[in-house]
Amino acid sequence: MKIRVVGSGCPTCKRLYKTVQQVVKDLGVDAEVEYSTNVQEIIEMGLMQSPILIIDGTLASFRINDLESIKQAIVDAKNNPNRNRGCCE
Amino acid sequence: MNIFYPLQWLADLLTYRLFGIAGGSLLANAVNFFIFDTAKIIILLAIIIFAVSIVRSYFPPEKTSCYLSNYRPIIVGNLLAALVGIVTPFCSCSAVPLFIGFIEAGVPLGVTFSFLISSPMVNEVALVLLWAMFGWKIALIYIVSGVIIATVAGYIIGQLKLEKWVEGFVYQIKGGKAIAVGMSLTDRLAYAKSYTADILQKVWLYIILGVGLGSVMHGYIPNDFLAQYAGANNFFAVPLVTLLGIPLYSNAAGTLPLVAVLVDKGVAMGTALSFMMAVTALSLPEFIILRKVLKPKLIATFALIVGAGIMFTGYLFNAVLK
Repeated sequence: MKIRVVGSGCPTCKRLYKTVQQVVKDLGVDAEVEYSTNVQEIIEMGLMQSPILIIDGTLASFRINDLESIKQAIVDAKNNPNRNRGCCE
Repeated sequence: MNIFYPLQWLADLLTYRLFGIAGGSLLANAVNFFIFDTAKIIILLAIIIFAVSIVRSYFPPEKTSCYLSNYRPIIVGNLLAALVGIVTPFCSCSAVPLFIGFIEAGVPLGVTFSFLISSPMVNEVALVLLWAMFGWKIALIYIVSGVIIATVAGYIIGQLKLEKWVEGFVYQIKGGKAIAVGMSLTDRLAYAKSYTADILQKVWLYIILGVGLGSVMHGYIPNDFLAQYAGANNFFAVPLVTLLGIPLYSNAAGTLPLVAVLVDKGVAMGTALSFMMAVTALSLPEFIILRKVLKPKLIATFALIVGAGIMFTGYLFNAVLK
């Protein structure tokens, strides 16, 4: 599994990156976590907010500072690898 | 009947009974004021941010940009952008994707700036807190002048044709089609809850510090102490507080307790409004983030125009509210 945190480099983005790393460790998921500041990617997905979470190329739904929602997003992606692209946010 | 009566009762109970401080002393006044004001502000903030987050969830930026791109670059577009900026969620984290997204959707540069100025400066949290602390007139003055500054500053930037000072890559980006987002009421409540927690986490320390400083000043410093330095007669007070606001970055909610104390101690209302606007609208961290998409000349122009508007408001209200 490949998880990417994309943001503008703000403190919230960096915090999300750390949180995701922690969640992956806690859940024992086999995933590679990457942090990117390529804002262009956010625009290409039709979004205007930052940070965003992309799991295996698909936008994941979560709430900032809500650990449970971040956990849920990763668990959902793991259980259902063939999700539709950008179905929810 | 004062709706804050239970809080005053609690503050009295803690100050006089639990801590056993003699009533009427300076220490008692300071402690009592600190407990009452901290509790009042935090409770108000939690309720207001939660309610407003629900409203906000109906105005995602993707929808806003689509809406604003339909207007021609006359001042009406700027005014609409400034008004929409009040209710649209914004944080400096999202400033860059928001800016690119607006430009990409065809929103004119000046209109985009009206939005970027109004969104952090005129927020409903500040509005309701101003209402609670200074009355509805001051709250109304704040919102109207904020919208006017954002409209006019954005209009001027649009007329100056400064597109050349936007980093070239911004105009090359092709955005994806905005995803239509359906949110259920449960989603909105969850969003509001998480947003409220997020904001409270960010501002609680400022509030404690602001009210703490205020309590000390409230108890120990005479009421017109600051009037000699920052009263309406001091011409330099307004530009000074505007400059001071640039490195200080906090949102309006964190700044207000301090502003309330300053006014209590004799700082003129216009000067206090300038300070609050400068803290929220002119922020160094945000300039640094915007540097990714704007050339330094445009950032400087933006800061100068908004700064001038803020100082104008300060002088105006110092002259009017005597």
